[in-house]
Amino acid sequence: MKPDMNVRIAGINLRNPVMAASGTFGYGEEFAEYVDLAKIGAFVTKGLSLRPRAGNPTPRIVETPGGMLNAIGLQNVGIEAFIEKKVPFLRSVDTPAIANFFGNTIDEYAELARRLDEIPEIAALEVNISCPTVKQGGIVFGTDPKSAADVVSACRAATTKTLIVKLSPNVTDVVVMARACADAGADSLSLINTLTGLAIDLNRRQPVLANITGGLSGPAIKPIALRMVWQVAQAVKLPIIGIGGIMNATDALEFIVAGATAVQVGTASFINPSAVQSIAEGMEFWMRENGIASVNSLIGTLDVSR
Amino acid sequence: MQFISMILSNVEISPGYWRMRLSAPQGFSAAPGQFVMVRVNNAIDPLLRRPFGVFDVGVSTPPQSGAVSQPYFEMLYRVVGKGTAMLATLHETDLLDILGPLGRGFTLGAAGEEKLIVGGGVGLAPLYLLARELVKQSPVRLFAGGRTRDDILCITEFERLGVECYTATEDGSLGECGLVTEALVRRLDTLPGRAAIYACGPHGMLNAVAAIVGNRQIPCQVSLEGYMACGVGACLGCVAPGHGHSVEKPDFRCVCTEGPVFEAGLLQWGPAI
Repeated sequence: MKPDMNVRIAGINLRNPVMAASGTFGYGEEFAEYVDLAKIGAFVTKGLSLRPRAGNPTPRIVETPGGMLNAIGLQNVGIEAFIEKKVPFLRSVDTPAIANFFGNTIDEYAELARRLDEIPEIAALEVNISCPTVKQGGIVFGTDPKSAADVVSACRAATTKTLIVKLSPNVTDVVVMARACADAGADSLSLINTLTGLAIDLNRRQPVLANITGGLSGPAIKPIALRMVWQVAQAVKLPIIGIGGIMNATDALEFIVAGATAVQVGTASFINPSAVQSIAEGMEFWMRENGIASVNSLIGTLDVSR
Repeated sequence: MQFISMILSNVEISPGYWRMRLSAPQGFSAAPGQFVMVRVNNAIDPLLRRPFGVFDVGVSTPPQSGAVSQPYFEMLYRVVGKGTAMLATLHETDLLDILGPLGRGFTLGAAGEEKLIVGGGVGLAPLYLLARELVKQSPVRLFAGGRTRDDILCITEFERLGVECYTATEDGSLGECGLVTEALVRRLDTLPGRAAIYACGPHGMLNAVAAIVGNRQIPCQVSLEGYMACGVGACLGCVAPGHGHSVEKPDFRCVCTEGPVFEAGLLQWGPAI
């Protein structure tokens, strides 16, 4: 029997729990050649700001064991160009598009939420309070519960769309941040964003990245992400979107068992541009093989009684 | 497209430089200057694909009667790190996961005008396929440079196309002693008519070429390298500053999708040395 892969993240229905993560999937269009967008749960577009952003100087990325560091610096086209040049493509796609965005101030966050709220092609908003690759990339809001709550409240007041808050792992206690965002009106939490890291060129005694530090992603961070998703799932009632080093269906299913309702696939899309689709297919295959009728019955089934 | 490719040969052609021939699917073609992203193994370390310029494409006809002809492509690579060191250990019949061809290649330009190709080290890789196309319509000269004779690759192959080759090495072990751009300048100073320049190599060499053409009004295309994770315009790791780039008015070009080949005048260059 074909397993039921549908999940619900607050107001939106997903045909399966696998989304493409922000910053790894462009604006969707870039991957249309490699992914049947009608076979994935959703995709999250590159983080948007009010005005276009150039991003950081190069080198911006470096490979590390089992992962990569990036310091792109939130290069993006800005909200105006997004509406004019990127939204028309979203109209042609029968898959929820989620807009990731960030501001330098709480007012900018609210303004972006208001602008994005008016776009019917956008199914949900993902507030980025956790980008570690720029000074004002939200990380200042993402490491202090009071500031995070203020951003989320302001966005909540500006949109009726599903509001997802993307959490940073670069905090002492992610549960404190999760609770603050939940109490401020978030509909869902996505975690984790990248971990701040440093790569060194020993011969030059210099950092490899022009930005000095960058955000670590890829399979190296999966155990940390799983631990945080599990902790947050115990603490808050909201649907959780698990992110961090998912390379295959097994990884994705582990996040579901840890308590995530859906997952986002990021770095894997760089290596295999059809990864999001093949992971969704692989999950369905595993469920059929294991006789599990609905993915919802797997969520949060981690057995810690041993 | 993404495909599994079989290694047909993998040969060290000069110390540290390798030439690999790989099977390609029926209908595969690549324009001069395009590149492929190669996954060197299926493990998570090294994690990312590596970009390589396409050196040549073709179709081999097996000697057995009735055997299907086999499209292939070739690439040149230099062993510089973990990924390329692993590539160098692979053998015929080993399989590799390939994404490509990707990017925007060279524009061939007007027939009849002299084509001047400038390459340094492994930068010669995408220039061979270019030369193969250019010799069909124009006289072609190659200016190949390197630190030592070991860095001058595949000159015989270029000569076989009918390309006139000049070489220069910094240690004088092959050709002239010095930089190959000096030979380029001499040629430009005595040009009989119109010309176009195509260059690929270390950034210092491209910078010198851009400075040389800057005050001469000669069309010049350069092929850039960039640190990239995806090759399809998503990671934004491989950007290069465009001509008008400044901190106030940023103008970054994506090497993988807007390039890797650019008109030199569209990019920002450092001071000529």
